[in-house]
Amino acid sequence: MATHETMMKILVTVKEVATVEDEFDIDGTAIADQYLGADLNEWDDYAIEEAVQLQEDGVADEVVTVTIGPEDCEQTIRQALAKGADRAIRVWDDSLEGVDLLDVGAKTDILRAVVEEEDPDLVLSGVQSGDDSFGATGVSLAADLGLQWGAVVNDLEHDFEDGTASVRRELEGGVEELTNIELPAVLTIQTGINEPRYASLRGIRQAQRKELDVQSLADLGVDEGVVEGDLTLTGMFEPETESDVTVFEGGADNTAGQLADLLREKGVAP
Amino acid sequence: MSDILAVADHRRGELRDVSYEIITAGRELADQTGGELHLVIISGTVDEFAEKANRDGVDVIHTVDHGEEFNHDVYTQAISQLYDECGPQFVLAPNSVNGLDYAPAVANELDLPIVTDTVGLESDGETLVANREMYGGKVETTVEVDSGPAVATIRSAEWPTAEGTGDASIEAFDADIDEDAVGSSVNGFEEVGGGDVDISEADVLVSVGRGIEEEENLDIIRDLADALDATLSSSRPIVDNGWLPKNRQVGQSGKVVTPDVYIAIGISGAVQHVAGMKGSDTIVAINTDENAPIMDIADYAIYDDLFDVVPALTEEFQ
Ligand SMILES: Cc1cc2nc3c(=O)[nH]c(=O)nc-3n(C[C@H](O)[C@H](O)[C@H](O)COP(=O)(O)OP(=O)(O)OC[C@H]3O[C@@H](n4cnc5c(N)ncnc54)[C@H](O)[C@@H]3O)c2cc1C
Ligand SMILES: Nc1ncnc2c1ncn2[C@@H]1O[C@H](COP(=O)(O)O)[C@@H](O)[C@H]1O
Repeated sequence: MATHETMMKILVTVKEVATVEDEFDIDGTAIADQYLGADLNEWDDYAIEEAVQLQEDGVADEVVTVTIGPEDCEQTIRQALAKGADRAIRVWDDSLEGVDLLDVGAKTDILRAVVEEEDPDLVLSGVQSGDDSFGATGVSLAADLGLQWGAVVNDLEHDFEDGTASVRRELEGGVEELTNIELPAVLTIQTGINEPRYASLRGIRQAQRKELDVQSLADLGVDEGVVEGDLTLTGMFEPETESDVTVFEGGADNTAGQLADLLREKGVAP
Repeated sequence: MSDILAVADHRRGELRDVSYEIITAGRELADQTGGELHLVIISGTVDEFAEKANRDGVDVIHTVDHGEEFNHDVYTQAISQLYDECGPQFVLAPNSVNGLDYAPAVANELDLPIVTDTVGLESDGETLVANREMYGGKVETTVEVDSGPAVATIRSAEWPTAEGTGDASIEAFDADIDEDAVGSSVNGFEEVGGGDVDISEADVLVSVGRGIEEEENLDIIRDLADALDATLSSSRPIVDNGWLPKNRQVGQSGKVVTPDVYIAIGISGAVQHVAGMKGSDTIVAINTDENAPIMDIADYAIYDDLFDVVPALTEEFQ
């Protein structure tokens, strides 16, 4: 790993997440394709922004993104490039095709190979992915590599004195923990840590010319067997609800009137 | 190997509720695997914690007296060593912010599979089957973990808290913590979200979420709050965007509120939000999505566009 007197290299793990329309059908153990959309994982957007700001502040000199995902997700990856990341790595393999649920162990094995190859000083990942919501990949990756880590970081100081990251970890109930973490480290980034920028037109144009390197598992020296993982998705269903919600029906004027009556009944407002 | 090892959660001198919930979850699982429930309490005033956690269902409580506050390296080392000593089938940790700071590392260290944020657990003694949500709570899934030991984290407030006085044996576990491997240190804590308003004191909350789309549109929500003489609160994205201050945020990482009436406008009802408002007396949801998870706990709902309903509602009170 590089010494921290020199500029840092940052690797950001970026996931394209599946989004689901309001109305959808479940087909076996998956949501039927026609109801699915795709988006940059919200938490990773904040991680990208933090990395780009570190570069703008002269702390980092290179920001690289890594994504495990099919060709379809290149548009999403390019968003990170358009926002200022220097280059991107996309890992994909025939053996990953059709895997329902890539579990934390499998992601760790694959991402580890990339971290070993890139040798960054800092890895930023998201707290969780919006679709699978394991909330575990970043910490698992750090532990596997023997790096330090911090989960749910909502503030990061941009001077890394003595090779240490000063962070705040957002705990429950509005309490923040002030923590020092030795580098190299993996931080899982929480929303709200910064204000993710929109890509400029110029950024979008430039992104088209930036390097997006596709690697197979064999290229990375990762055994295909890892994609099997330890978890098998065996069922998917709409959550049972004990809901006994009373629905106000009609046009807005009508429903607003009914709700107003209810609120008055409850003693709200004059 | 059929025992369960559950990890307690505490912070700044208090055991957190999930510590009692994990006893219930662990007991249920231990009954299925035909084993004992072991609870481990690491750091802090462990003897005092052990006494409090000695509730019905716990067989053994292990205490690891090392340091005051949570440190993930200490937890990871202690749990891994205890695992080697006790050889449990499953390790349960809370899906708290701290749980997520060590459970994946424990799984990695022990080379075990991990399944997080579970809302249901079942086992035949060998295999763990977990229920968990995906897509922000839109669907629930069943996940089978490969046969053999595993780590699972449990969602808070899904299992009831264990009650009653237990008769667990309390054993000090002498973990061999390698201080050189501890690469992070805690310098303190800070409470955030103070300020002029305390939303947890309000009788009526008008609460706004990402459905509002733009900062300018907040005005229609403010107008409604004024008309109802209510207090304005929000879900997290509104605060993340800097549109409202932190002290207006309802949820796991914001405030817990229990008003007489909570009006959720354009809020989907993610678990971390619901954690902060499910104790409200009457919950009203205005959302275009009939399937939004908020509907599971709402008492009254309007399935319609907030930009139509909110101004109409404000007008009713002017
Ligand atoms: C560790 C951690 C801690 C967290 N802590 C908190 C917390 O304390 N509080 C919190 O709130 N969240 C918290 N979150 C975030 C949480 O997971 C959700 O991302 C968040 O609650 C979503 O906010 P939302 O409902 O406003 O947005 P969304 O989930 O995007 O929902 C927007 C809703 O608006 C509806 N909508 C859209 N347009 C309209 C319209 N025109 N009219 C009516 N309805 C419309 C949509 O149908 C949708 O249901 C936390 C997450 C993590 C990982
Ligand atoms: N397929 C993937 N490719 C790259 N990064 C990922 C992938 N899946 C998860 N991650 C990273 O790990 C974080 C946590 O994801 P998870 O543990 O799946 O909730 C995400 O915010 C991403 O930064």
